[in-house]
Formats: sequence, C-alpha cells, structure tokens
Amino acid sequence: MFAYFVRRLLAAIPVMLVVALAVFLLLRLAPGDPAAIIAGDTASAAQIESIRVALGLDQPLHTQFYLWISRLLQGDFGTSLISQTSVMGMITQRLEPTISLALAAIVFTVLIAVPLGVIAAWRQGSFIDNLVMSVSVVGFSVPVFVIGYLLIQVFAIELRWLPVQGYRHLADGFGEFASRLVLPALTLSSVYIALIARMTRASMLEVLKEDYIRTARAKGLGERLVLFRHALRNAGVPILTVIGTGFALMVSGVVVTESVFNIPGLGRLIVDAVLARDYPVIQALILLTAGLYVIINLLIDLSYALTDPRIRY
Amino acid sequence: MRNDTPVLHVESLVVETTGTSPRTILKGVSFEIHAGETLCLVGESGSGKSVSSLATMGLLPPRSLRATGGRITLDGESLLEASAKRLSALRGSRMAMIFQEPMTALNPVLSVGQQLDEVLACHTQATRAERRTQVLEALEQVHLPDIQRVYQSFPHQLSGGQRQRIMIAMALLLKPRLLIADEPTTALDVTTQHQILALIRELQEKHGTAVLFITHDMGVVVDIADRVCVMNTGEIVEQGPVRELLGAPQEAYTQRLLAAVPSLTPRPTRPVTSQRQVLSVSELEKEYAPPRRLLGFIGKKRAGTRAVDKASFTLQAGRTLGIVGESGSGKSTLARCVMRLIDPTSGTIRVDGNNIAELQQRSLKPHRGRIQMVFQDPYRSLNPRLTIGQSLIEGPMNYGTSRAVAMARAKELLQLVGLPSDAIERFPHQFSGGQRQRIAIARALAMEPDVIVADEAVSALDVSVQAQVLALLDDIQQRLGVAVLFITHDLRVAAQICDDVLVMQRGRIVEYGPAEEVLGNPQDSYTRQLIDAAPGRTWDFAACAPVA
Repeated sequence: MFAYFVRRLLAAIPVMLVVALAVFLLLRLAPGDPAAIIAGDTASAAQIESIRVALGLDQPLHTQFYLWISRLLQGDFGTSLISQTSVMGMITQRLEPTISLALAAIVFTVLIAVPLGVIAAWRQGSFIDNLVMSVSVVGFSVPVFVIGYLLIQVFAIELRWLPVQGYRHLADGFGEFASRLVLPALTLSSVYIALIARMTRASMLEVLKEDYIRTARAKGLGERLVLFRHALRNAGVPILTVIGTGFALMVSGVVVTESVFNIPGLGRLIVDAVLARDYPVIQALILLTAGLYVIINLLIDLSYALTDPRIRY
Repeated sequence: MRNDTPVLHVESLVVETTGTSPRTILKGVSFEIHAGETLCLVGESGSGKSVSSLATMGLLPPRSLRATGGRITLDGESLLEASAKRLSALRGSRMAMIFQEPMTALNPVLSVGQQLDEVLACHTQATRAERRTQVLEALEQVHLPDIQRVYQSFPHQLSGGQRQRIMIAMALLLKPRLLIADEPTTALDVTTQHQILALIRELQEKHGTAVLFITHDMGVVVDIADRVCVMNTGEIVEQGPVRELLGAPQEAYTQRLLAAVPSLTPRPTRPVTSQRQVLSVSELEKEYAPPRRLLGFIGKKRAGTRAVDKASFTLQAGRTLGIVGESGSGKSTLARCVMRLIDPTSGTIRVDGNNIAELQQRSLKPHRGRIQMVFQDPYRSLNPRLTIGQSLIEGPMNYGTSRAVAMARAKELLQLVGLPSDAIERFPHQFSGGQRQRIAIARALAMEPDVIVADEAVSALDVSVQAQVLALLDDIQQRLGVAVLFITHDLRVAAQICDDVLVMQRGRIVEYGPAEEVLGNPQDSYTRQLIDAAPGRTWDFAACAPVA
C-alpha cells in the first residue's frame, strides 16, 4: 500500500509538469502579444516593453519556462497584474472560506443522501422510494441560486434563525463561523444530495441481490445490520468516487453559491481573474485545481482499499 | 434414532408468484424430516427445490414469491404464521442454511471472525470473549487449519472448500435443529466435495441435526441421503428411502432422471477413423508475472505463477480429448492458450500444421476460424441484443462470406443441432439453457472449424439436458469429423464422451492416454484420488443396484 502511494505520487510529477507546460503556453499562445494584452488598450509602446521585460518575455521560450518553473517550486506564483499583490497571498486568503464551505457541504451530503438512498433501495417501489427519487429530480433541476434564495427567504428572513449572508473566519469564533456556513453549504449540497442519493440507491439495489445478503438474513440478523453493515460497505466504492469528485468540483467552482451568499472564496476569485485577464492568478488557480484533482483521486483510490479488503495495491 | 414428531414438517405447501396473474411454483408439496435424518430433495432446475427451502427459512423474495397455502412447522411451531421478528430469531438459531456458492455467500468486506461473531451477538447474551471462544471452537469443529489466522482472514483469502467449511461452522454455531443445505457442494471440486459431505455427516451424527439436502447430483444423493424426494415442476413425484428409490424407481420421471446419469465406466474405445493431426501442442507454458513492487527492478527477480507447465498433446480429426482436473489445475488456461485468447509464454501450438503460438493478431486471423470455442455458461455467452441468426452469421461474414450464403448455412446448422429453423429470428432469452448451448455449438460450427474447444460446456446443464447435448456433440462429430477438446471437471462426463483423457494437476499433466486406461486403470495417484472422490461411485445407475 505504501509502495503504491509512493508510486502514485511519483506518477503525479509528470502529470503536473504537463499541466504546468500547458498553463505556461496558455499565456504565450494567446493571440497577439501577451505583453500588449496584459498592458491593455491604452498602454504606450514603452509600457508594453517594460511589461515584456518584467515577464521575461524577451528571453527564449525554454529559458522562460525554466525561470517560471523554478519560481513556482519556491512557492512564488508571481504578482497579480490588477491588485499588484502576491498571487500566493490572494489564494491563501480565499482558501479557508472555500474549503470550509466544501467540507460542510460534503458532510451534509453524506449525512442526508446516503441514508435516503439506503432506505429507498430497501423499500424499492414504495412511497418513500418514489418520494426520494422525485425530490432528487428537483435537486438536479432547480438552479442552485433559486435554492439559495429560497433558503435565505425561509430561514434567514422569515424565521430569522440564521444570518442572510457573509462569512466569518473560524478564528472569530465557531458559532459565528458555523451559523453563516449552514445555508450556503445546504445550497451547494442540493445537487450532490440528489446525485449521491440516486447513486447509493442504485448501488445498494445491486448489492442487495448478492448471495451474502441472503446469508446475512439466513443468520437471523435484523434489517438495520443487513443494510448498514453488510450492504452499504459493499456498495461504497462508486459512492466514494462521486463524493471525492464532488468535493474537487466544489473547491474549484462554486461561483454561484459564493455570489448568492457573498462569500469571498476561490470561485469568485477565478471569475474575477478571468474577467480581468489577470494571467498570473489564472495560471496559479489552474495549477492548484489540477493538483487538487490529482490528490483527491489518489485519496479516493486509497479509500477503496480501506472499504474493500480485496483491493490491495 | 427416529422419534415420532418430525423436526420439520411441510404440508401441502403452495407458493405462487406475486402480481396480477400469479403462477403456481409449488403445487402442494409435503415432506417431513426427523432428527438425525438426511432428506435429499432432487430434481432439475426449476423443479422448486430451492423455493421449498427458502419458504421454510422465510426467505422467499417478497417482491416476487409468496406462500399462499399449506403449513410449515418446525418442532411444532408454525412458520408461515410467525412474525418477521420471530422468524429472524429462529433463523440462525433453530434452523440454519448453507448455500451453493461459497465464493459469494460470505460478505467480502467483513472478516470471517466478524461474520461468525455476529450470529452469536444477535442470538445470545454472550460476552465478546465468550463469543470468540465459541467461534474458534466452531472453526475447529469443521477441521480448518490455523484457526487463529482464519478468524482474522477475509473470505477472498480462503479457498472455496475453506469458505464452505466456514459456512457450515456458521450454520452450526448455535446447534440448530434443522440444517438446510442448498447444493452445498456443487461449486466445489470432487475431492473437496467428498470432504464437505463427510463433514456434514460427522456433525449431523454428533448433534442429531435434521438435514434437508438439496442437490441435482444423483451421485451426491447416493453418498448422503437417508431418504429422497424427487421433485419435478413444483410437485413431489416420488419419495422413499434412498436404496429403495434408486433400486426400484416407480415413476417414469425418476427412471428417466436416473438413466441420464452418465456412468463412471468409460465407454469402449472407438476405432481411429482419420490419421489427420488437426491440433498438436508441444511444451506449452504459461507463466503469470509476479505482482509489481516498488523498486522491484532491483534485486532478485521473483518467480511468477506457472499456470501451465510444459503441456504436450495431439488431437486427430474426429476424436475427442478430455482435459480433466480440479479448479486451478490450469485446464482452462491451457484451452485459452490453444485458442490464443491469452498468449502462451513458450511452446508451440500447431493447428492443421501451422504454428500459431507466436503469430501476431493480424497474421493469426486466417487461423482463428480453424479452432472455435463453446463456453460454459450458455446464459452469458450469447449476446442478448443479437438475434440467433445475427450471432450465427457474424463469424463467417467477418471472413468474407456473403450475408445470403451465411444465412442459408445458419439455417442448416440450426437444423443440425436440432432447433426449429424459425429460431433464427429469435433472441437468446427465448430459449432454455440446453437450447442455448445448442446455439453456441451451431455458432462454433458456422466457422467450419477443425477443432472445437468445449470448456465445461455441459457443466451448467441438468443431467437429462446434459445427456442430449453430449449425444448431439457425438452425432456432429460422426457427421462432420470435427475434433473436440473437451474440458471438464466431471469424470462421469469425461468417461462417456472422451477417446483420450489428459489429467492435469497444478499446471502439470500427470496422466495422458486412452480414456479406457486412464479412467479404468489409473496409474497416477492423483488420478486415483480423483476417481475415488467421485460422488456415488458405489452405485451403478444403469443397473439400479450397488456396484458389484
């Protein structure tokens, strides 16, 4: 298992290099002179030239790449063209809100979707099954911002249980932090609850046909044990896959939820950077996202081995 | 040892399918089993044997089947009227069940210890330590080696025989009054089967358990039954003590069933009709690479698994060579190498004189048609979305035959294998297992091969259907002169169809020669062991009498 882990980490190096190369070329292959694009419409020739030198664009390509990579390895992602602050600093600032939101959403998803899926599969064709399935169609089809505004209307404006929007850092106290996270996390999880409840149901239906489920019943075990101890763990691999990918998706793009709840997270940073053509920020965010996917995929694969003893790496 | 109240009493049991137009699956089945007695329910697939046992356990699939009439009583307690909770309490403690497929009957993600422990945890008040002691005792009772290790193991780390022992240990943990064994040895090798049957007998004698034993294998019946119930299409056709029933079957159905059991005595050798050597294999080896390790390229190279070790044999046109052996002996790997479905490590395979062992995919293509395969499971080897006609013409059309010609040939082939010509328009699900295997044979013949490789081609079929398919293969061989490489674990089948037999053990050929000699007068100790373990060898089914 450890050897596998090391091998996978080593295998991630070429992947990240290819991503880095693509990101590097992104700027160089953009139509026109990157320095001119960066400088904007009103820049003078001297300004463009100074940007070109600052970016090292007067050097040959391989030298540029080498310089860029070696800075990256030192944690230097460059400086934002717009705010003139360090890209690394901008990202770390935004990381906490996004990661907190994604984690909370995943926790809600698992706590709500998995039991719903299990019960729906157990009582296949019953009222509760139909209810879960129809609610999950709603979860898929209603846009996220609608769900967000509905939740705000009900829980923040009418019932006044929770704040309307905003974000507080965990360092400012857990109560403040958590109360502002509940509604956005629920909003964000709506699609994933629908998806994972369906996945769980489908996967459980397969497993419930297996011989060992019949064995478990023949032993005289109660239904709760049959479902949760014997069936769910066997149904787990596809569910884990979706949960892992879901988490990666949440971290890399939760623009709508962040906008509805006015949370200063990564999603909005991405949109702002793209709109402003802030290339150093875009590059850093693409690299970060790619790295995140590599790590999450590795964690998903390792989690298979933890749920299923037959999987050995 | 028999007392008056039976442990299990099933009276006029009726089971129907649910839904708007219910079909009757069991039509008033009655039998009883006393303490210490073994009752065998025998019959072909679909006869209702398993449904009877599942109804007793209260495990009928609730969405498709339900008991609508009759009574089932366990020690005087009515089971059909019992609440779900009461049934749960009885299952595992008073009545227990072991199943056919030990590979899938245990939960793959829980350790053996956990799976046995939970039986005690849900039926008794014993503490964790007491439960552990009891579980280890039970594992010891079923003669498992190294029980501490087995306790920690997961099912996939154990062999089929070991898993079935664990199932038995689990079933007998709480010393139930009734043990239901549904085809418990069907998926096992003969030598393992022999041991498991002996184990069930031993534990039954020790605890006085009543055993309901379900099987389709008459040989097993001879070895284990006290009394026999023969079932057919949801009814009990005939029942009685084993010797009486086998010795003097009254009903025509029972007589037919017994007559279809292939004899262990090899058929007389057929005269050699052709000297043309269509397949010759020499020094064939297949080695699987060892698992990769980090830095595995440094240091000593680890040995791989040698699945086939220097196998050599020849096959003439019109002859049948049987490859027999237990699971893991390498017989299927050998067949797959010969077919070039997997690549052999070394050695030669000559098909009609051409060595195909090292040909690349492209240059292999012209030779593929010469050697065709019939697989074990007719339910999965035909594409369910293609009509029979489409399946039959696909091969020849790939080799340039025109559609019209291929279709005409397909119709002839269906006639040859004894199916109506309108079968060509239909889909696989509209046929029974035996009919599908006929289709699979027709599909193989469509390529006009010199050799047919039949990998356990009749193992999934009931004995009467098995006899028909074997007769068909024989007939086709007479007419077309095709050679057959017949892979089987069933020595009875091998004795009835093969001219020559090759016995494999752990990848090596231990004995190879004419069937009459290998099976009639085995030289190798492993071959003898296989023959001794064959179930029911003390009974001569053709003569309806014990073997003299």
